[in-house]
Amino acid sequence: MNKVLIIAEHDGKNLNISTARTVTASQGIAESVEIVIFVDDGNIIATQAAAIAGVTKVLVVENPINKHAVSAILAPQIEAIANEYSHIFAPNTTFGKDLIPRVAALLGVPQVSNIMRVESPNIFDRPVYAGNAIVTVEAPNGAVVGTIRTASFPEAAGGGLASIEQCEIFVDIPTHTRFISLAANGDDDHPDLQAASKVIAGGRGLGSQENFNIIYSLADKMGAAVGASRAAVDAGFIPNSHQVGQTGKIIAPELYMAIGISGAIQHLAGIKDARTIVAINKDADAPIFEVADIGLVGDLFTIIPEIEKALG
Amino acid sequence: MKILVGIKRVVDYNVKIQVKPDGSGITTSNVKMSINPFDDIAIEAALQLKEAGKANEVIAITIGSKTCQEQLRTALAMGADRAIHIETDEEIQPLTCARILKAFVDKEKPELVILGKQAIDNDNSQTAQMLAALANWPQATFASSIEIEENTAIVTREIDAGLETLAIDLPAVISADLRLNKPRYIKLPDMMKAKRKSIETLTLEDFNIEQAELIKVLKTTRPTPRQSGIKVETVEELLSTLKKKGLI
Repeated sequence: MNKVLIIAEHDGKNLNISTARTVTASQGIAESVEIVIFVDDGNIIATQAAAIAGVTKVLVVENPINKHAVSAILAPQIEAIANEYSHIFAPNTTFGKDLIPRVAALLGVPQVSNIMRVESPNIFDRPVYAGNAIVTVEAPNGAVVGTIRTASFPEAAGGGLASIEQCEIFVDIPTHTRFISLAANGDDDHPDLQAASKVIAGGRGLGSQENFNIIYSLADKMGAAVGASRAAVDAGFIPNSHQVGQTGKIIAPELYMAIGISGAIQHLAGIKDARTIVAINKDADAPIFEVADIGLVGDLFTIIPEIEKALG
Repeated sequence: MKILVGIKRVVDYNVKIQVKPDGSGITTSNVKMSINPFDDIAIEAALQLKEAGKANEVIAITIGSKTCQEQLRTALAMGADRAIHIETDEEIQPLTCARILKAFVDKEKPELVILGKQAIDNDNSQTAQMLAALANWPQATFASSIEIEENTAIVTREIDAGLETLAIDLPAVISADLRLNKPRYIKLPDMMKAKRKSIETLTLEDFNIEQAELIKVLKTTRPTPRQSGIKVETVEELLSTLKKKGLI
């Protein structure tokens, strides 16, 4: 019988939405989908995980070492419980990308990264070459270890009533890796980029960090999250955590507005699943217009204030 | 300190790749090949540590067919002291790659291994983490800054929530992200000199490793293209279109 174990992504306070998307991806695979939470104090997160529809059981591994736990600390704990499961998944966020290969190597099995479609319990589709090709791959017999491309799966519904079990794991934990600090984005008052239904993103065309304020202002008006191209992040206009693309965040909002973004293939890889893409750029030949549902050629510095004004 | 840098030969990031009509893969003949851009950053990081007096040797290693020597020459031209080519025409997936690197690390004993955070062909992002697991070493992936303080590296990582800083004891594995540095341009005389440098060639038989089972690629397809969109002329038109779609 197939049994999926999902490693919960959380910040110590709340479960990340990526976990519920990973549950959706797991639903065709097994009758049993369990979530494990590694945490120092986990009641709230456990309750959130138990409420995800389709989850059979929530395991809570409470241990002080699991505060700000890094992969070197989590992987041996996952290895210790892995043999009960046919599949081990985490979201393909920086959390899962860092952790899951370490788990796969300990288990001695290859990993399927960035699963975008589940064809069968061991056949999956995944994007390669920045999403310019899709490969259908078959995992060998044995445990299937993988990461889930969260933009490809909706968040599983709420209303679930999974049981919550405390679980103790005794394994040697290395001390060679120590968490020092996390400098967060510092914009908690904006919607989360990976969860937002609307995203307003700016690129090199903004010209400066100061000018990026017009993006923030429009985003506030529309209740949208703020994204950016690599060029804008490299130029120091906005912190790295806003970067959208092959090596940044892969997102699937209802509305994506690309403002002053030319649309390099690496950027397009991050927005392909957006329902509606709007492009505003002064260069009519910018590649972003090839993927945009609605294009408007013109100077963003006149267009954006006009939009804001019209929105009242 | 000795630093090992892994590099991979990939289709150049500027090439628009073509999926073969029979679904058997992508076209790689007559296509420009380069060092994976993240590996380029890894080499630069190692060279900068050497130039700062933190390391005394930078070794570049690659696994693959004979043609991969071009990329090793590039690493030598950038300033790597030695180049190791593990020659094979077999497909080497990340876990086997990590096992080979682990065997090499056991022999060569570098204090630091720097790899790119992902290869831009298969976009896996696995090898660095797998090597760290097999060696039971610390890992710091997606690094945007590295400082060496005696036997510890202080590494800042670009993660979804912001910038995370870890202290990792050496030996360790670090994977390089985009903003770690800007790789240097290679001067023609250095490229010429690199052509004369020797590359140490090994084969898989030189390592006693078990090859991991393969993730089998059944077919390669083109992604469904997006429907072509419309151009609007005015802000008013833009907003009324968005309103019709219920987006504002």
